Amino acid sequence: MAFISRGFHGRRPSAGTKLPPGQYETTGFPVLSAGPTPRIRQDDWKLSVTTEAGKQHVWDWAGLMALPAESPTVDLHCVTKWSKFGTEWQGVSLDVLLADVETAAEHVLVTSYGGYTTNIPLADLVDGKAWIAYGYGGSDLAPEHGGPARLLVPHLYLWKSAKWVREIELRPSDVPGFWESAGYHNYGDPWREQRYQGD
Amino acid sequence: MARAAIPGRLGDRLRWRTAEVTGRRVESATAVTLTLDLPGWPGHLAGQHVDVRLTAEDGYSTQRSYSIASAPNGRSLDLTVQRTSGGEVSPYLVDELVPGDRLELRGPVGGWFVWRQQQTEPILLVAGGSGLVPLMCMVRAREAAGSRAPFRLLCAARTPSDLLYRSELRQGAPGLDTTYLYSREAPADSPRPPGRIAPEDLVRSGWPPDFEPTCYVCGPTAFVEKTAAYLVLLGHAPERVRTERFG
Repeated sequence: MAFISRGFHGRRPSAGTKLPPGQYETTGFPVLSAGPTPRIRQDDWKLSVTTEAGKQHVWDWAGLMALPAESPTVDLHCVTKWSKFGTEWQGVSLDVLLADVETAAEHVLVTSYGGYTTNIPLADLVDGKAWIAYGYGGSDLAPEHGGPARLLVPHLYLWKSAKWVREIELRPSDVPGFWESAGYHNYGDPWREQRYQGD
Repeated sequence: MARAAIPGRLGDRLRWRTAEVTGRRVESATAVTLTLDLPGWPGHLAGQHVDVRLTAEDGYSTQRSYSIASAPNGRSLDLTVQRTSGGEVSPYLVDELVPGDRLELRGPVGGWFVWRQQQTEPILLVAGGSGLVPLMCMVRAREAAGSRAPFRLLCAARTPSDLLYRSELRQGAPGLDTTYLYSREAPADSPRPPGRIAPEDLVRSGWPPDFEPTCYVCGPTAFVEKTAAYLVLLGHAPERVRTERFG
């Protein structure tokens, strides 16, 4: 027989919203990170894409700003159980950044200022599914939320959307990142509730 | 930031378990500690958490994470839960559950915000409000393991009556220095006037950076953001400052 929590009634999500299993809706914007927030000035910021052949493509802040911007409105799902609907971002699609990059790699390791890492299949970063985001709600992205710029991959749990992004490394083989090495799921699809290894 | 060390039992599916509530202790006006009996519990590291799942009669289900408060102790586990006003889950856990009730959970989870008894370096623990829970687990695990690692604990609370684990902290332990930082209202004999945590508090009651302590900071986001930034400004290496936040 299915488990019932005696006396628990709960709160249903508002009409028209659909929550992934185990999640609840928040209207705040909680912060999750494993250490102090790195303070990176826009002038010091650089992003590189490195191919498996060792070729590097580098953008500085002015270079990023010169690229065509998009304003995606997306839902966020954090493995710590909160979901936030309809968040409005400004940023550059990974399709733009990867347009001139020659690669046969299928795996990506993303590294942040501060040393955080996360791994993602390349297929999950292309075709309009991922951005380098530098604006949130019409303002600069705050440092505690990953500013000056973070990866945004909203169809996966939010730990994949690395804050303070510094490098996107295209790799022939997969390598687990920070949380993926600590027992969290390698892929992290919230709709399949892939929180931990084995889920 | 170093690669997180891999905890044990990796590859095992974290399966849902049914715990029985065997005890309920009031910690403050808004917090209780639930003692759970968990047959087959594999043990945990100090600082880890569990996921709790509540299911209503119509099948609606939701989950939250709670830090473990007790040192590893066989199949018994303490969770301290602070009631969030207007919350969906914490009022149920704090006000509704009584001994004999059952609760679904899985874990332990988390391999970064943990203290292991092999660590011998000085430890700084900085707690804001119920952020004390995983840090108290470290204090208890240190004592249970007979560790002599020097610990300094800074407990921030709004008023003395908001403080969790009061009598246990007052009793203290050899090698553990505890300092209280009250933000709204301090006892009359307190040497520190009420106020939010400031760099001076970390200088006076923490460790000098050249002692290379590992620092654990847990509490509400704004508290953790500020405290972690102060520690880095005071010269602590960012990779030695581990944080966990809620809200």
